[in-house]
Amino acid sequence: MTTTERIPAAGTARPEFEREPIDASGIGNVERPLPLFERFYRNDVVQRTAIILLLIVIWEAYARWLDYALLFPTFTETVRVAFVDRAELWLRIAATMRALLIGYTAGLAVAAVFTTLAVASDFGARFLSTLTAMFNPLPAIALLPLALIWFGLGTPSLVFVIIHSVLWAVALNTLTGFRAVPETLRMSGRNLGLKGVRYVVLILVPAAFPSILAGLKIGWAFAWRTLIAAELVFGASSRSGGLGWYIFAARSELDTARVFAGLLAVIVIGLLVEAVIFRTIESRTVKLWGMQR
Amino acid sequence: MSNGKKNEMSGSGRSLLEVSGVTLQYKTAHHLVTAAYKVDFSVEEAERYVILGPSGCGKSTLLKAVGGFMPPVEGSIRIRGREVTEPGPDRMMVFQEFEQLMPWKTVLQNVLFPMKVTRKFSGEEARKRARAAIDKVKLTPFLGVYPHMLSGGMKMRVAIARAMALEPDILLMDEPFAALDAITRRTMQQELLTLWNQLHFTMLFVTHSIEEAMIVGSRILILSPHPGRVRAELNTGAFDFNNMDDPEFGAMAKRIHGLLFDTQAKEPEPVTA
Repeated sequence: MTTTERIPAAGTARPEFEREPIDASGIGNVERPLPLFERFYRNDVVQRTAIILLLIVIWEAYARWLDYALLFPTFTETVRVAFVDRAELWLRIAATMRALLIGYTAGLAVAAVFTTLAVASDFGARFLSTLTAMFNPLPAIALLPLALIWFGLGTPSLVFVIIHSVLWAVALNTLTGFRAVPETLRMSGRNLGLKGVRYVVLILVPAAFPSILAGLKIGWAFAWRTLIAAELVFGASSRSGGLGWYIFAARSELDTARVFAGLLAVIVIGLLVEAVIFRTIESRTVKLWGMQR
Repeated sequence: MSNGKKNEMSGSGRSLLEVSGVTLQYKTAHHLVTAAYKVDFSVEEAERYVILGPSGCGKSTLLKAVGGFMPPVEGSIRIRGREVTEPGPDRMMVFQEFEQLMPWKTVLQNVLFPMKVTRKFSGEEARKRARAAIDKVKLTPFLGVYPHMLSGGMKMRVAIARAMALEPDILLMDEPFAALDAITRRTMQQELLTLWNQLHFTMLFVTHSIEEAMIVGSRILILSPHPGRVRAELNTGAFDFNNMDDPEFGAMAKRIHGLLFDTQAKEPEPVTA
């Protein structure tokens, strides 16, 4: 009885109707800006600043509660020491950045040569992937003793290990990116008669840019890490020493606040490069092009 | 009638596109596949030539060969008498996939890019042509927009505008509307015909929809499957959106259906567009 009632009979369709769409002017603008407050707290910079401030507050509170400056100096003390040491810190930062930029640029240049070869021929591709498989897992710092034998103490050794840490990450990512370029996009490039370097520069590089950028970021992080570690090992050549040396020297004097100041400088520089340089590149390229959320 | 045309073709010398005795093969990991076997056809100036066939009849491969992406194993492909050996901007392709647009370029830049790269048009003239082409496909409000903000139909319009702005000898269209929804597809077919009525460009259009072939095409080449061989060439210039309900339209559709499936079709092909 009940079941038969639930099944709608085919013949009892609703009467048809047609009508003009209702007046939509009541809703106002179909697309309108969000309220100011909502835009403010949704803002990326605002949220990130809030996170950093929160971390600083936790640091300061914990250090004060612990009250043991030799182990864990407060944020204010660290900043004060950094301010006192500012002349030396700037010098150290300059030395570090110099070695870093030389190594990073050289690493990118070598990576560009390798990937060009890899794109040009199957042999080149196998050559690069074999080399990458061999050397990518090798920690750059493990090459430092060799670098010291070959190039002695100083910038050339640093540049050597930085090249090693940048090269493989960038080359691998770029090659992966090239391979992922959709066939249709390749064909519409070749359709125009593009070949060789023009094809790579005008089609492959922009199409693979998300991967290339990821490679650049990883390469940067590897280089930065390697460099500070290498400087810590170096020790001796104090005059030209960089941030790593600053930290190392402060440790041997048990000056924990200075160790913290050095580490803080490392973190701040890393944060700035990521937040300012890479984010700007991202928002002007891959985000603008809809290749990345 | 078709006989008369044939004579005229061979009589008045060279056609715009001449495909003669073309066999196409490609290799997969384990097989050598013959996609098309000894295919002949020719396309005249301002013709809307459609290649129709079931999937796997090598029609897209044939189009790629005309595009210069794939050399024929035997036979020859000639454009205005020149042998096709490599891809070139005289044969602009419009693909089915939306990725054919460069995501890093705006609508205007996408249309400008081929003109700049090929140096066929430059500077102010290129810009003028690009704007005119974009205007023709009704995308002027979206000049500065990046492709990821556009709908599928709009992306396809950009691709068509980009190809036409370059004034190629022939426009090669590889199932351009297959990835669109039915309503957009119908609109695009209509717009393409309107454009053709204004500009009379030559196009080679690949599709697997009988209805689309009849509406878009002025001549249809029907291929048989595995490997693709010529089955028939039919004149369909008389059919368009206005006479879809005429009995002649249905009869022709039925005839094509029969040729495609080698059966006497009991019912006309269901509308797929």
